[in-house]
Amino acid sequence: MTAQEIGVFVFILIAGTLGTDIWRWLGVFGGKQLSEESEALIWVRSVATALVAGVIASQILYPGGVLAGTPVTLRIGAAAAGFAVFLLLKKNMLAGIAVSLALVALGLHLLGI
Amino acid sequence: MTDMRAERSRRAWFVEGMKGLFSLPGFILMSAFVGFTALAFQSGLTREEAAFLTFFVWALPSQMIVVGAISSGMGVLAAFLAVSLASIRMTPMVAALVPEIREKKTSSALLIFLSHFVAITAWVYTLKKVQDIPREGRIAFFAGLGITLTLVNTAIVFSLYGVVSQLPPIAAGTLYFLTPMYFVMSIWESARQPVIYWALALGMIVAPASHYVAPQIDMLVTGLVAGTFAYVIDRSRRRRAP
Repeated sequence: MTAQEIGVFVFILIAGTLGTDIWRWLGVFGGKQLSEESEALIWVRSVATALVAGVIASQILYPGGVLAGTPVTLRIGAAAAGFAVFLLLKKNMLAGIAVSLALVALGLHLLGI
Repeated sequence: MTDMRAERSRRAWFVEGMKGLFSLPGFILMSAFVGFTALAFQSGLTREEAAFLTFFVWALPSQMIVVGAISSGMGVLAAFLAVSLASIRMTPMVAALVPEIREKKTSSALLIFLSHFVAITAWVYTLKKVQDIPREGRIAFFAGLGITLTLVNTAIVFSLYGVVSQLPPIAAGTLYFLTPMYFVMSIWESARQPVIYWALALGMIVAPASHYVAPQIDMLVTGLVAGTFAYVIDRSRRRRAP
């Protein structure tokens, strides 16, 4: 059942709220058994990170709205340049984000959007 | 008399928690939600849906997954599983926080209610400040902080949606890019184990393949395949190291 079929609000409550809150509730009761260093938790953290990384990649590769009509090289280039600046300037997030966004803006301007 | 004093101090600690909104992490979080508003708008969510999603989920990774799931027509069960896999981290976070802030008489119902407001910003901020707060003020402090962050950011999404939707396309398109860049950098910055770097890199590499092979459940496939692969690489490196 997609959001179109069951309604966006119901979809948000089932997938989003329940999918997030049950783990919060579990933490109130039984979370003490979960050791930060256990192998299972390292795997969970790895899967969670890869999943979010996949979502980030999709936002860059298959964006909605205005960016949908832009060349993928612009988006990958802007992201890679911003990330490189972030690493070069000792993990300076502000600089990295500024460079990425400036390049996207420049690209959109040159494309006449 | 002592009850009144305790009540007054609890109120003061609630207000103290609210002030966390104006901290550096508070400002970073608010800018992330400005970006999220643009992302939600460009992905086709309405203003009410975006605000509802923010208040009732209150975890940016989960919210990004839900936005992606809605716009790509993913099934609700697959989306639930993807959100769950990304949210298991909440359990050890809440479990670490609860013993720090609860009093003996604190009810489980109150803790369950307050646990909804646990997300990375309020969690880090509370654990950092908690040592300087008397036990009877800690629940109030966290409640003031967590509820304020949630409500203000929901209000940001609701009110800025109108602004974002009126922006010239060049500005809206640029703002959209804030969310992916913010996330990739904050994951990298907060990584405490090498497995995170592997998972981040492999997730990005595997994502287009999953999108091509299994467009309906691509997030799940990416997470499980790239995440497990990253874990195996990391474990073999740990075993090899002395």
